[in-house]
Amino acid sequence: MKTSFKPSLIGDSLAQLGSAGLFLFSILAAIPRSFRHFRETVRQIWFVGAMSLVIIMTCGLFVGMVLSLQLYYTLSIFGGTAALGTVVALSLFRELGPVVTALLFAGRAGTSITAEIGLMRATDQLSAMEMMAVDPMSYVIAPRFIAGIVAMPLLACVFNALGILGAHLVGVSWLGLDNGTFWGNMTSSVDVWTDVVNGVWKSTAFGAVIALIATFQGYTTPPTSEGVAYATTRTVVSSSIVVLALDFVMTAFLM
Amino acid sequence: MTQPRRSFQVGTGLFILLGFAALAYLATQTTSVANYREGDSYTLKARFSNIGQLKVRAPIKLAGVRIGSVKSIELDVGTLDAVVMLAIDKRFHELPDDSAAAIFTSGLLGDQYVGIQPGGSPDMFKEGDEVILTQSSMQLEDLIGKFLVNGDSSKSAPAQDASSTSEPSPQKP
Repeated sequence: MKTSFKPSLIGDSLAQLGSAGLFLFSILAAIPRSFRHFRETVRQIWFVGAMSLVIIMTCGLFVGMVLSLQLYYTLSIFGGTAALGTVVALSLFRELGPVVTALLFAGRAGTSITAEIGLMRATDQLSAMEMMAVDPMSYVIAPRFIAGIVAMPLLACVFNALGILGAHLVGVSWLGLDNGTFWGNMTSSVDVWTDVVNGVWKSTAFGAVIALIATFQGYTTPPTSEGVAYATTRTVVSSSIVVLALDFVMTAFLM
Repeated sequence: MTQPRRSFQVGTGLFILLGFAALAYLATQTTSVANYREGDSYTLKARFSNIGQLKVRAPIKLAGVRIGSVKSIELDVGTLDAVVMLAIDKRFHELPDDSAAAIFTSGLLGDQYVGIQPGGSPDMFKEGDEVILTQSSMQLEDLIGKFLVNGDSSKSAPAQDASSTSEPSPQKP
């Protein structure tokens, strides 16, 4: 284990970045071959997507509710509580929905992908597949990558929808805002293409990045139990950092 | 052996359906699509000397009800006017052809929209007609400027041009 540490931190991270880039290319090359394993891809979408629904829906509801409370307080200072629906919808669609979903997705699905592939590596299952002429890139890695790209935008949409419902619950049913004002202001200021679809693009990119990091960390993990533990931690840490950095870049370009 | 496999495939299908249902809900219920569907429309032309902050796809309202949206905004290089194309829904095809168009602001700081004030003519607008009676957007800076100028001039020459709203007063210095 100790031998795998290199003395140079910068050189090490550069090497990680470079091999992650090469790994991305080999995934992309393996995607056409992975269509033979369509059933495996469906199973992965079920695993990373459908199984994440509970946490995504619960968190979406609570994020919407707390956004509504906080923004109601802030807007009431300026006497602008009528804009609550607009502000909640815009901040959810454009920013919080994709980002919070991506962070949850990295914690819920990214870690399990890394741990699963890492254990496959540690228990020599990947080598066994190669021995049986089954390409692990197209049977193990590519389906998980595709599943991440497919599942993330759908999860973000579910998160947004539940967030709006939560905001409506707090704003209208509890704080007594007028129902028509809430929806009317929201529908007149939110645009399909610049707001909703913008968020969908963002979450697709986040899904690809998280799936890439998770599969890469799992595939290149040192084949020990300690190595798998480190790889899982690194997945969450680097996914979160990359998602937030990419979010800034994409927002700057997609505004 | 096939039973659990079938169940996760159904689960995946349901998940994807749920995701797209959420997207459809967001797109149709929480955005401007909910207010107004881009159905068949006809186009009217209107010239304004100043459109302020009016943007493409801003709403067109009659009596406060949305009847269409701004299709395009261009500058006529000949007359140096802003030419605004108004796409109005076919359902509202019975607009008298002496109706007036004006640019209003919703609320104190809200977005700008085109308001239509219906006239009394028996003839109706047709595709491509021009709205003759238009009123430009009210500029806060112009108002303040006029107020200051009028305040000054009322000291020197009282009640001279309190109603003149078109040109800045000549004795501005």
